[in-house]
Amino acid sequence: MPGMVQGGEAMGMTVVEKILARASGREAVRVGDVVEPAVDLAMSHENAALVVNRFLEVFEGTGVAPRIWDPARIAIVFDHRVPAESPKTATNQRKVREFVAANGIGRFHDIRGDVGGICHQVLPENGYVRPGAVVVGTDSHTTSHGALDAFAFGIGATEMASVWALGVALNVEVPATIEVSVRGRFPDHVGPKDLILHLIGALGAEGANFRVLEFHGETIRSMSTSGRLVLCNMSVEAGATSGLVPGDEETVRYLRAEARVQEPLHLVVPDDDAAYERTIEVDVATLVPQIACPHTVDNVRPIAAVEGVRVHQVVIGSCTNGRLDDIEAAARAVRGRKVAQGTRLLVFPASARIYQQAVERGFVADLMRAGAVVMNSGCGPCLGVHEGALGDGEVALSTTNRNFKGRMGNPRSEVYLCSPDVAAASALTGAITDPRKGT
Amino acid sequence: MPRVVLALGDDVSTDVIYPGRYMATVLPSETPQFAFADDVEFNGRLTAKQVPAGSVIVAGRNFGCGSSREQAASCLQGHGLVIVAKGFARIFLQNAINLGLAVVTAPEVETSEGHDLEILADRVVDRTSGRSFAVEPLPRARQAIIDAGGLIAYTRTRVSRADTRR
Repeated sequence: MPGMVQGGEAMGMTVVEKILARASGREAVRVGDVVEPAVDLAMSHENAALVVNRFLEVFEGTGVAPRIWDPARIAIVFDHRVPAESPKTATNQRKVREFVAANGIGRFHDIRGDVGGICHQVLPENGYVRPGAVVVGTDSHTTSHGALDAFAFGIGATEMASVWALGVALNVEVPATIEVSVRGRFPDHVGPKDLILHLIGALGAEGANFRVLEFHGETIRSMSTSGRLVLCNMSVEAGATSGLVPGDEETVRYLRAEARVQEPLHLVVPDDDAAYERTIEVDVATLVPQIACPHTVDNVRPIAAVEGVRVHQVVIGSCTNGRLDDIEAAARAVRGRKVAQGTRLLVFPASARIYQQAVERGFVADLMRAGAVVMNSGCGPCLGVHEGALGDGEVALSTTNRNFKGRMGNPRSEVYLCSPDVAAASALTGAITDPRKGT
Repeated sequence: MPRVVLALGDDVSTDVIYPGRYMATVLPSETPQFAFADDVEFNGRLTAKQVPAGSVIVAGRNFGCGSSREQAASCLQGHGLVIVAKGFARIFLQNAINLGLAVVTAPEVETSEGHDLEILADRVVDRTSGRSFAVEPLPRARQAIIDAGGLIAYTRTRVSRADTRR
């Protein structure tokens, strides 16, 4: 891949620069260029109801009949309030269903126990996200899909209406890239969630605003796609436009073996002389379990600082940590033991497929026998719209991605964020517990 | 002259601006009632129409961080509020521009509730304290949308020209 020449000096491209150059039909782009990339995949959830309204509004008075640029490239996944918690939601979902049918939108995942789930798991596991793709979603955690070597970013509903009409993301400024270079082997009970929490703590909530985090290093190369999804999912909590893991053997393995993709894959990797804004180096060999404390995600401390804090509700699941390896870790930790009295353990798998696998492997039985409530796949308690609300003065410990004031539905409660290992160990004791110590 | 009706710190999240439990409400005509719903006092003033249009919310860095929910912008716009902040989170800023919510980035701004602000193209002047703060222009990538008066209007011109990739 030829780099572009500037001032006589060859300058390579980062992954996001390569993807945006390809998608906007250019040889090369550089940071700050304004481009209109063609969109490969446009995802919405329940907020498709608003997108539909705005989409129809675009065509009002134009004399042009409303028409979606490419129904095959639109994915709609119901996950935020499933099954509907109110007549209002149910009516919105009904309207979206009707729109989907009328417009031939193929990648529609309704409330179902076979193909349903959370959008950020449904898209990867169905092979909708491919290396090199431009993915937009009306959800801030669309950053997740960078785990599969795509440029994936969150947008608002009106912006999505524009994508539905035009097929391009308008006026995208090519973002700068921060290289995150990770080395070392995770100690026991420390993993990708601890790494990303540590990074968010170091960068701060806006440390990567308008930037891409591109993950490199031996630790990333040997990390599963499940772990990479954790990193990219939470990149937005440092403000990042997208997280991004350059494609490699694991990307291909996941897409072939798990997502059943058969078409040719074109991995995008950065040039050797790609220009990064800066490089952050992390050695995970000495990392300890990390906890994001109330009420911001960047308020991150080592577990020793908060050990013993009483928790009333433990949540394991979500688009961040609801995959099979997360549920397996939780099941192993609680097998043959009991959730502490006075503490609720809520588990919600990231997709129906994962739920089925967890049933088949006995993880669901392990969890239920220990006292966990295993809920249907969906966003569940994460954003306080549906179920698992907290009482006044209660404390939650959760593997989800946000702990803002009021996040779980009650501004008079507190949310701590952690890994599945910490969550499971803490559910058994009823207090924040270091899983490395054994209980 | 516009008055500061609420002064906030850094990292005001969309969960604070528009709590998730009201997300089933999507219409810009209905979202304003839930603006800052968990701040009972301020929400009460808004819904009682005690806050005149053009009033200012001042905030620190990273205003609007978190969710992409557009209600966080439409609920403020419905009250005619102006947001002056040291900085905005990316998605919120784009939503604000797309909808035409008045947002002003003034990286050094320091003011307080009850102060009167004069908002000019290149600076914000606190007429109560006498201090003046430089304004950072909005992203140039978005100028065409700002000029069109919002994204719906902008996209409409493109659709009319059949300027699409269909």
